[in-house]
Amino acid sequence: MIFLDLFLTFFKIGITTFGGGYAMIPLIQSEVVAKGWLSETALVNFIAVSESTPGPFAVNIATYVGRVTAGIFGALCATLGVVLPSFIIILIVAKFYKKFKESKTVKGAMTGLRPAVIGLIGAALISMLATVFFPLGFSLKALLTWDAAASVIILALALYLGMAKKLSPIIIILISAVLGIVSGYLQMILV
Amino acid sequence: MNKMLTLFTTFFKIGAFTFGGGYAMIPLIQREVVEKHGWMTDDDILDIIAIAETTPGPIAINSATFVGTKVAGFFGSAMATLGVVLPSFIIITLISYILELFQSVQAVQFAFNGIRAGVIALVFKALISMYKQCPKDLAAYIVMAFALLAAVFIDISVIYVLIACAGIGLVWFFVSLRRAEK
Repeated sequence: MIFLDLFLTFFKIGITTFGGGYAMIPLIQSEVVAKGWLSETALVNFIAVSESTPGPFAVNIATYVGRVTAGIFGALCATLGVVLPSFIIILIVAKFYKKFKESKTVKGAMTGLRPAVIGLIGAALISMLATVFFPLGFSLKALLTWDAAASVIILALALYLGMAKKLSPIIIILISAVLGIVSGYLQMILV
Repeated sequence: MNKMLTLFTTFFKIGAFTFGGGYAMIPLIQREVVEKHGWMTDDDILDIIAIAETTPGPIAINSATFVGTKVAGFFGSAMATLGVVLPSFIIITLISYILELFQSVQAVQFAFNGIRAGVIALVFKALISMYKQCPKDLAAYIVMAFALLAAVFIDISVIYVLIACAGIGLVWFFVSLRRAEK
C-alpha cells in the first residue's frame, strides 16, 4: 500500500538523518529515487525549490514526494513519517536530557556519524554532477555539448558568487535560472 | 489553552519565515522563545542546538518539540511541532501543483537547466562548511572515505553505511577513552 510505504520510507529517512538539511539528500537518493518515486533530476530541481521556500528541507521534500506520488493524503503520510521520529526522540530526550548530554554512547556514535554524513554528501554530489553533465550516461562527447558548456559556466559562477561573494542561495538560484533561460534561447537561435 | 495557541502561532511564524531551514531558524527561535515569551533562557537555546545536533531529524522539528514539551508538556510539543510543519506543508503542496502546471513550458525547463548547475554549487558550499566544522582526526578521515566509497561503489542503502559508521565511531571512541585512562 502506497500510503503505508510512504510513511515507513520517510520514517526511516527521518530516524537516520543526522545534521539536518542536506544530510538528507543521500538518503532521499538511496530510498526515494531508487524506488522510482522521484527522478534524480527532479530531486536536484526540488533542492532549489526548497531553498527558495520557507521551512526545513526534510518537511518540504517529504510533502513534495508524497504529493506527486499519491496526492495530498500521500503528502500527509510522508510528512508525518519524517516528523514522527524527531518528535518521539525529543520527547524522550527532553526527560533524560542530563543523562543524554553526558552519554558516552551518544558521543561515540556521533564520532562516526558526523564524518559519515560528510562522506555521504560527497557521494551525493558526485551523483548530482553525473545527472547534470551526463544525463544520458557517461561519455566524453557529452562534455562537448552546448548544455554541458552552459552548466560549467553557471556552476563556476555560482561557486564564485556563493563562496567568494557570500550571496544567499535564493539569489544564486535566481541568477542560475536567468542564465539557464538565456542559454536555452541562445542555443535555439544559434545552433 | 491560551498557551497552546501561542505555541502554535509562534512556531507557525518560525516555520513560515525561515528560508533554508536548519540553523537559519535559531535566531528567530531565540527571539520568539527567549526574548518575546520568556519561555526559556539563552542557555536553553544552546542546549537545544546541542540536542538537535545529536538526535536525528531536522533542527526545526527538534527545537519545536523540545520547547513545546518544556513549556506545556505533550500537547504543547504537539502544537509547536504542528505549527512549525504546517507552513511548509501548505506551501509545498501548492507549489507541487504549480510545478506540474508549468513544467512543460520551454522557459521553465531552460531555467531549471541553469538552476541544477547552481544547486551543485550550493550543495558543494554546504559540504565545505560542514567539513570545516567537523572535528578531524585519523578516524574521521577514514570514516569519510569509507562512507563516500561505500555510497558510490556498493549498491546498498546509505542507512546501512550510516549504521556501520556509527559503529566504527563507537569503537574508536571507547578505544581512545581506554587509552587515555592508561
